[in-house]
Amino acid sequence: MALLELHEVCKTYHLGEMDLQVLKGVTLSVAKGELVALMGASGSGKSTLMNILGCLDRPSSGEYWLDGQEISGASADERARLRNRLIGFVFQSFNLLARTSALDNVCMPLTYGLEYIHEHEMKARATEMLRKVGLADRMDHQPSQLSGGQQQRVAIARSLINRPRLLLADEPTGNLDSRTSEEILQMFRELNEKEGLTIILVTHDPEVAHHAKRTIRIRDGLIAGGAESKGEETQK
Amino acid sequence: MRAALTTLGIVIGVAAVIAMMEIGNGSAKAIQHTIATMGAYNLMVFPGNALMSGVSTGSGGSMRLTPEDAEAILTDCSSVTAAAPVVWARAQAVYNNLNWQPGNLLGTTPSFLDVRDWSEMAQGNAFTDRDVRNCSKVCVIGKTIVRMLFMDESPIGKEIRLMNVNFKVVGVLKAKGANMMGSDQDDIILAPWTTIKYRVTGVSATAAVPVATTTTSILPSQVYPAAQASLYPVPSASQQTDTPQPVRFANVNAIVVQARSADAVKPAIDETTALLRERHHIQPSMPEDFTIRDMTEMVRTMSSTTELMTTLLLIVAAISLVVGGVGIMNIMLVSVTERTREIGLRMAVGAQSGDILHQFLMEAIVLCLIGGAVGIALGRTTSVLVRMIKHWPTVVSLGAIVVAVAVSALVGVLFGFYPAWKASRLDPIDALRYE
Ligand SMILES: Nc1ncnc2c1ncn2[C@@H]1O[C@H](COP(=O)(O)OP(=O)(O)OP(=O)(O)O)[C@@H](O)[C@H]1O
Ligand SMILES: [Mg+2]
Repeated sequence: MALLELHEVCKTYHLGEMDLQVLKGVTLSVAKGELVALMGASGSGKSTLMNILGCLDRPSSGEYWLDGQEISGASADERARLRNRLIGFVFQSFNLLARTSALDNVCMPLTYGLEYIHEHEMKARATEMLRKVGLADRMDHQPSQLSGGQQQRVAIARSLINRPRLLLADEPTGNLDSRTSEEILQMFRELNEKEGLTIILVTHDPEVAHHAKRTIRIRDGLIAGGAESKGEETQK
Repeated sequence: MRAALTTLGIVIGVAAVIAMMEIGNGSAKAIQHTIATMGAYNLMVFPGNALMSGVSTGSGGSMRLTPEDAEAILTDCSSVTAAAPVVWARAQAVYNNLNWQPGNLLGTTPSFLDVRDWSEMAQGNAFTDRDVRNCSKVCVIGKTIVRMLFMDESPIGKEIRLMNVNFKVVGVLKAKGANMMGSDQDDIILAPWTTIKYRVTGVSATAAVPVATTTTSILPSQVYPAAQASLYPVPSASQQTDTPQPVRFANVNAIVVQARSADAVKPAIDETTALLRERHHIQPSMPEDFTIRDMTEMVRTMSSTTELMTTLLLIVAAISLVVGGVGIMNIMLVSVTERTREIGLRMAVGAQSGDILHQFLMEAIVLCLIGGAVGIALGRTTSVLVRMIKHWPTVVSLGAIVVAVAVSALVGVLFGFYPAWKASRLDPIDALRYE
């Protein structure tokens, strides 16, 4: 069963008098446990699509089914809850809280969870996550005291802390050198293979796309290839 | 650092509130104390109508106040807590080879001390109602008399001579100091009014004071055998105080009355007026044959001065709190702008608009409370300094601290709300992309 399904999703920005249609009817589905690369030229609408997938934005028209729920009409607060519960984000520019320790950065999403979690429990889970991304010895470091790759690992730990169903990464290696990029991508692969986490990552780099088992191509707001899952072999 | 500077408004505002309350309360208390020592809730009832000063009323015997009037006032007027008749006299006080003319030589009852809140003695005891009935030759003296006649040796049990009458000193009054007019309140000798009336002024009247007008009448209330059946009408209150009139009948020069409280002064006047009209059989159309004076005017003048000062400080406090609030609002707006990306991130990981609103509102309140705490410290310091340097009385006010904390939290909520609301309205995508 598909974790998410888009049906004829359009997104139109209104810029004054002019209407700018960025997504012109995107239909695609992603199954549980897939590792998907999203590729396309600059300005083709990748980030726009990711925002909709990540429930940060609403489609202008069309349907979006996430985890069996139609959510294109959800309110801002409902979408916030969905993001908290189901989705993890990794950004190109890390977006860590400055002057805040790695541990506290990782804890942060927990404070917005629905159920109350005790401080100890939070720290324990964050420590566990940081260990998983190989930063057990950097917990008390602030972002400014970490390298780019380490910062991105903290960001990944943060995105995983709420045990999301879907991890969205918009050009996660865009700000990293090739060797660190390789490490980060390796980490994504492991998460996907060992834990069955569904990951969608945006990239310009065909090398990066190689790590994925499936590549969706987008051109001028339309899917140009890879809209459907390739059947059984992608699902373990 | 920037936050510290912007909270300065709050700090000053709260400090002003605290200092104001402490100094204000202090002076209010000091004034209350002064009022109490001077007997500001006191009324004085004088015989004779102020409008008719010096003019004979025609109806002989109507201008009179009796000790029974004093008793009736106390029992029948609910706003009155004490009442005492007073007889003035003037005499040289002599002890051994020293002599002194006391500023006040009053004949009264022990209730006088209640009226003046003076019941506690420095030494010895007050004379009693029994002494009044028996015309006992006892007296109670003020601190000044002790200094002048006894050179500070203990006067208890000693005898002083007043108009050739020996009075045994039974008590020494506690020092009260000067009153609002600057006259010494401790320069006083109190004795039973009967003794003063019949033994001191009664003698002197025939001997020394020539009698001008004599409207004679015999009163049914005449119960004291020593009294002579003649009455001297008393022309006016002020004249009486200046030149003591020898009154040899059961009439007294005045009745002093204590109202229950500052608010009870007015009802006490009304009740006393009604009662005395009835007792003196005055027709509704006729003017009273007595005059009541109170000190409210004086008290009002005194408290209005502190009120003015308190009001001014309050205005200063209010203005600086508003300025402080605007400062808080300003820094919070800057902070929201600076942290737009953080807000976007928090929203992306699941913060709802309410969470963001809450977070920024709390920050504003915390900022204000810190300002408030510093302000409280500063205000306390100020009032302590004022007390030490200027010797103004101050009173530590817990209420002021509670109010200050509440006010600074309120300022935080009021002026922090708009920035927090603005933050909560941000769109997560725009916020994340914000540079
Ligand atoms: N908030 C917006 N308002 C108006 N137009 C927008 C907005 N966001 C994106 N666009 C437009 O939508 C188009 C697609 O933008 P998008 O960010 O999705 O591209 P992208 O595929 O992610 O490009 P890149 O690879 O450079 O990140 C662009 O032409 C952009 O100008
Ligand atoms: Mg993009």
